[in-house]
Amino acid sequence: MQPIQLLAPDGKLAENEVYGPYIAKLSGEELRELYRYMAMERRLDAEATSLQRQGQLALWAPALGQEAAQVGTIAALKSSDMVFPTYREHAMALYRGIAPEELLTTFRATRHSGWDPRQHNFQVYTLVLAAQTLHAAGWAMGIQQDQRTGSIPRDRAEDEIVVACIGDGATSQGDVHESMVFASSYELPMLYFIQNNHWAISVPTRTQSRGPLVNRAQGYGFEGVRVDGNDVLASYAVATKLSAEIRAGKGPKLIESVTYRMGAHTTADDPTKYRSNEELELWEGRDPIRRYRSWLDSTGEADQAYFEQVDAESKDLASDMRKSVLALEPIDIERVFDTVYSEPHRQVEAEKAWLKDYEAGFAEETTTEAGGTR
Amino acid sequence: MSAIKEMPMAKAITAALRDELAADQRTLLIGEDIGALGGVFRVTDGLQAEFGTHRVIDSPLAESGIIGTSIGMAMRGYRPVAEIQFDGFVFPAFNQITSQLAKMHSRTDGKVKVPVTIRLPYGGHVGSVEHHSESPEALFAHTAGLRVVAPSSPQDAYWMTRQAIVSDDPVIILEPKRRYWLKGKVDTENPAPDAFRAQVLREGTDATIATYGPLVPVALAAAEAARADQRSIEVVDIRSISPLDDETIARSAAKTQRLVVAHEAPTFGGMGGEIAARVAERAHHRLLAPVLRVGGFHMPYPPASQEHRYLPDIDRMLEAVDRSFSYQRGV
Repeated sequence: MQPIQLLAPDGKLAENEVYGPYIAKLSGEELRELYRYMAMERRLDAEATSLQRQGQLALWAPALGQEAAQVGTIAALKSSDMVFPTYREHAMALYRGIAPEELLTTFRATRHSGWDPRQHNFQVYTLVLAAQTLHAAGWAMGIQQDQRTGSIPRDRAEDEIVVACIGDGATSQGDVHESMVFASSYELPMLYFIQNNHWAISVPTRTQSRGPLVNRAQGYGFEGVRVDGNDVLASYAVATKLSAEIRAGKGPKLIESVTYRMGAHTTADDPTKYRSNEELELWEGRDPIRRYRSWLDSTGEADQAYFEQVDAESKDLASDMRKSVLALEPIDIERVFDTVYSEPHRQVEAEKAWLKDYEAGFAEETTTEAGGTR
Repeated sequence: MSAIKEMPMAKAITAALRDELAADQRTLLIGEDIGALGGVFRVTDGLQAEFGTHRVIDSPLAESGIIGTSIGMAMRGYRPVAEIQFDGFVFPAFNQITSQLAKMHSRTDGKVKVPVTIRLPYGGHVGSVEHHSESPEALFAHTAGLRVVAPSSPQDAYWMTRQAIVSDDPVIILEPKRRYWLKGKVDTENPAPDAFRAQVLREGTDATIATYGPLVPVALAAAEAARADQRSIEVVDIRSISPLDDETIARSAAKTQRLVVAHEAPTFGGMGGEIAARVAERAHHRLLAPVLRVGGFHMPYPPASQEHRYLPDIDRMLEAVDRSFSYQRGV
């Protein structure tokens, strides 16, 4: 099944009756912003990878190659739509205004998460695969509840939708199935956004599914669309069309965004062990940023000065990010004690008090030693 | 009309759910068959007719889905009360409960609260088939972030349910299904003790039996039977498994100097061992015998035709009390 593609790898835009009009509506500034976010994310990704190599991050999960899939999709949403990400939605996070150091908190292991989900309508990253697809369904049930009863008055509930992100590997998880059953049965305002980046660590997509993942939607009774995830314009157009339909009350929809993870799964694995150079080269030829830049350039939507400006901005982002990431303060374990529960819990309080006394004991010993005769 | 009524435990829980549904629009019920059928134990009987299909939600047959969507609703500000039909069917939802529900508040540095209540009919002695009689409390108590309580009377069931729903933390209520038909007085106006504290139900001087949920009436009967041997047994209803009110249990043990802990779950790796260790830490020098455990065996819950040999009864509790008396200190 051929994915929807508007922009060919050589940077030529094809005519498309259904999806073309969505692109035609974008202003020059909006078109340039798509490029800007993709370029910024790529720079952030490179910087994070090098920070990990230098031992400054515990782990990094690069999104290299998936910039168009993410930016195109999130640009199609309203800022009030809640996103439930996996752990690789860096471009989407940046788009929602999450700062690089907030994004990298988890990976520097100073905290489990670095931002307030409500502030950005972007939930924290989930490492247990697909668990968030059920939270997304529950959130969508909450939207329906708000709409029916107004029990939690929110101005925005009227046409709010939820985006549940998953990778191709996660589609094998049972929670995805249960989530889609709930979404379909209750006609939830949900968009499933599968980024098929071809590899679940070292296991190829064909081990998750023998047919296109987009076909899963049909089995649950809703529509799915397969899109070229390396084409930012097609990603935007498809997400805009589907989200409008979801907003209109037509129930859940699914996007299979066919893309490619050009880097490793995380900095802990070595992709040369499980995939060929030929495959990588093939996908490098489909690079989403180069493709889009060449189109912007050829149409005159962006000029050399603009690209230079974005380069400069990316450079600044990288150096600022390096400073701010290195300056991240680790969470105090006392704070961890305090957040296990919302309300007081006897055992947690006792252990917190014990640790305080225990550590104070060392402080006294040190003082005694220092104050003692030598 | 008096606020004190006589009712079975199942009806006390129904009343608690009704009162919370009425008190707070944000409270929702979700579970399999809880709507038109009123739940397999009829605990939610009539609630869907009263509050509508959108507040009493019949879910697809999917336990992970029930808990996972409850988490999502709670993230948005609702207070879902999820029913899992039977104890043994909680395991398909185990991941959502332990890796997501329990940790959400902490992993978001307190920014996201998930006030989900899970109602879990639990325990044996109902003569059912496999996966219908389990006692998974230690698994949940071991998971930081969850609260676990077990009522033993209609009064407790009523107030524990209400207190669980209004708590901002996730709470698992272990409803002792063999006691659903146990009748008792429920005072719907005056709150029972804090759901997260233990309670001395019967004063005694010679030994303490501490237990919770379905075995509380058994412990009270054992204490009564022990009077024939001139033994005065104190009975502590533990009530809250996490947090554990080890102070109240240890105080009783220090007073009577002998402690037997009983539960239906297997003793190996169970709550009894945790309680024994904590009481030993607090009151070792006051005890005349080691803390003894009475519980299930290290086996899957047996076919119901053998459950009478598996489950602690009055005799097993009294045997443990006898054993406790057989210890002689310093010999």
